[in-house]
Amino acid sequence: MVEALNLGLRQVMAKDDRVVVLGQDIAQTGGVFRVTAGLLDEFGHDRVIDTPLAEAGIVGSAIGMSLYGMLPVAEIQFDAFVYPGFEQIVVHAARYAWRTRGECPASIVVRIPYGGGVRAPELHSDCPEALFTHVPGLKVVSPSTPEDARDMLVAAILDPDPVIFMEPKRIYRSVRAHVPDEPPFSLADDDGIYNTVLAHTRTARAGGDLAVFTYGATVPLCMDAAAALSADEGVEARVVDLRSLYPLDAGAITAAASECRRALVVHEAPRMAGIGAEVSSLIHERAMADLEAPVGRVTGFDVPSPQFANEDDYLPSVDRILAGARAVLSW
Amino acid sequence: MTTEVLRVIGDGAGVPDNDVPEGLSNKDLVAIYRWLVLLRTFDERAVALQRQGRIGTYALYWGEEGTQAGPLYACDDRDWLFPSYRQNAIGVLRGVAPSTVLAWWRGYGGLHGFWNPREHRTAPICVPIATHLPHAVGLAWAAKIKRDPVASIAWFGDGATSEGDFHEAMNFASVFKVATVFFCVNNQWAISTPFSKQTATETIAEKSAAYAMPGVRVDGFDPLACYAATYQALERARNGGGPTLIEAFCYRLGAHGTADDPKLYRDESEVQRWKALEPVNRMAAFLLRRGVLDDEELQSIGAAAKKEIAEAVTEMEGIEQPGREILFDHVYASGRPWSFDEGLAELQGTDRPPAVKPLAPQPGPSTGDAEAPAET
Repeated sequence: MVEALNLGLRQVMAKDDRVVVLGQDIAQTGGVFRVTAGLLDEFGHDRVIDTPLAEAGIVGSAIGMSLYGMLPVAEIQFDAFVYPGFEQIVVHAARYAWRTRGECPASIVVRIPYGGGVRAPELHSDCPEALFTHVPGLKVVSPSTPEDARDMLVAAILDPDPVIFMEPKRIYRSVRAHVPDEPPFSLADDDGIYNTVLAHTRTARAGGDLAVFTYGATVPLCMDAAAALSADEGVEARVVDLRSLYPLDAGAITAAASECRRALVVHEAPRMAGIGAEVSSLIHERAMADLEAPVGRVTGFDVPSPQFANEDDYLPSVDRILAGARAVLSW
Repeated sequence: MTTEVLRVIGDGAGVPDNDVPEGLSNKDLVAIYRWLVLLRTFDERAVALQRQGRIGTYALYWGEEGTQAGPLYACDDRDWLFPSYRQNAIGVLRGVAPSTVLAWWRGYGGLHGFWNPREHRTAPICVPIATHLPHAVGLAWAAKIKRDPVASIAWFGDGATSEGDFHEAMNFASVFKVATVFFCVNNQWAISTPFSKQTATETIAEKSAAYAMPGVRVDGFDPLACYAATYQALERARNGGGPTLIEAFCYRLGAHGTADDPKLYRDESEVQRWKALEPVNRMAAFLLRRGVLDDEELQSIGAAAKKEIAEAVTEMEGIEQPGREILFDHVYASGRPWSFDEGLAELQGTDRPPAVKPLAPQPGPSTGDAEAPAET
């Protein structure tokens, strides 16, 4: 996924000189996860910028650059480091279109490697996505495959609205997959194809007995759980990768729940007011009559993401997902 | 660290006038005076409108007109302005309709209360403190990347220098040598917090040393000193010299806003002492002393401003309360999420509440000289 993200940045930067990337340690070292490796050599210091260590400054400068017509991509080094930049995202990035008659949206992408499982110290393992889905004016997306990572990042950059681009760092390097040479749309695209790429679910596994909705690093876990259900119990679970957390693809989510008649939502972030709550509510509001059971949730707990000696107790595991699935199936 | 305060206009008595900044003709002086009067007229009328219940809470700037007209006159038309709410009407000097600014205070959004910043190179009114400073830096930075000779200027108060965004913006600007002028209006009061409790430094200007940029202190009630310092800072910035911090030292003669009562926290006799230095009458006296304008011409400038603002008030009051559908307009530039259509449909299935009025007319606490005459 790291290489796919790098490819996407490279492709869009080569085609469009409005695109600049900025953040801490992203130019000379290529970022702590190497997502921006090699960009400095290719595009130079004007467009690949190592900034001082200041997230409000990074996001705020990106907003100012956007006002002058650039398309900045800001990297936040780790999930919990975004909090100093939160005010800029909430009070400015999210509201600039609204505040300017729609003429000057903050056309920025804020890339955030997020989530646990990499055995890092405190505040390197948060899942803050629901903080952003609650803010009108933002789009929030998270890919789970290399191909999606490239395509969605390019679409996010072309999208005139501010996009919070959540990168599941636990699966940055866990899957090797072929990525087609070009995204499925023109890089010069200006007819809104980004809305298609960014706003729709992906069916990761077909099945008709249980719909499992998830995103990011828990997608592969749900795939493993679905395989186990199929092998052990003959239950075919459909795994739906949400991809877009705001806006949610309400039509696809409702249709999958209706067709499978049972649904489970899985994510790593805490449960309270999380994406699972919204997906569950959406399904209950729109497909109640089709359901055989209430929608289940397997999530992180409502506690701080723990020190890493305990993070495997916190993170949804295949076993926990299976237990959650069986509870919904047997209801 | 110098604490010298640059000044051009004297008091016509013991304090002499200094030379008019180079490059300013009599015509320029008159143009600056017109701006001062227009800003003053807007501000006084806005306070009156609030008192009469015709707009909502208003943040006045009575006495700070020179910190706006002076620096703006030093700007090139391509330079970008980043105002705080204290410079709420500065866009008017860049072609924003004064009725639009009044409508913003009237609680209108959408096409009525907002403008297109690119059309006027004027950012929206920034309500949170100091958060627009990184935007000014980013904009000038982008211009630098594109090799455009465009600078930015951001206005903020003494209170804003306590915010983290002030530090981050100053630091970024200096590290990347971007063409941003940080124009701090030190009016010595952040609502009820005096300058002495805002910072332990003697001046704002000296904070520039921490960022290796020049810090300049000017008389904030002297429009020509504000002009001169800004002009020099912009020249330096455009020549690759990087940012400058300007401290316009003055005093907040009015209340923080129409809902504030300064009698609760400060001695009004102090206000009277500073009021003698306020910029509009001071500039008028200067122009009279130099024979640039006579009384009749001064009056005619005042009358023209009154007429323009009166027309703006009429225009603003002609705007009907925006429809419910504008709640969902322009939130996203790429199109409306499905939930917006559902929200609008939900609204349309119910009766609309009565039209919103600003607060009922209120006598309100003193706003110093900003107590404008009642509407005639």
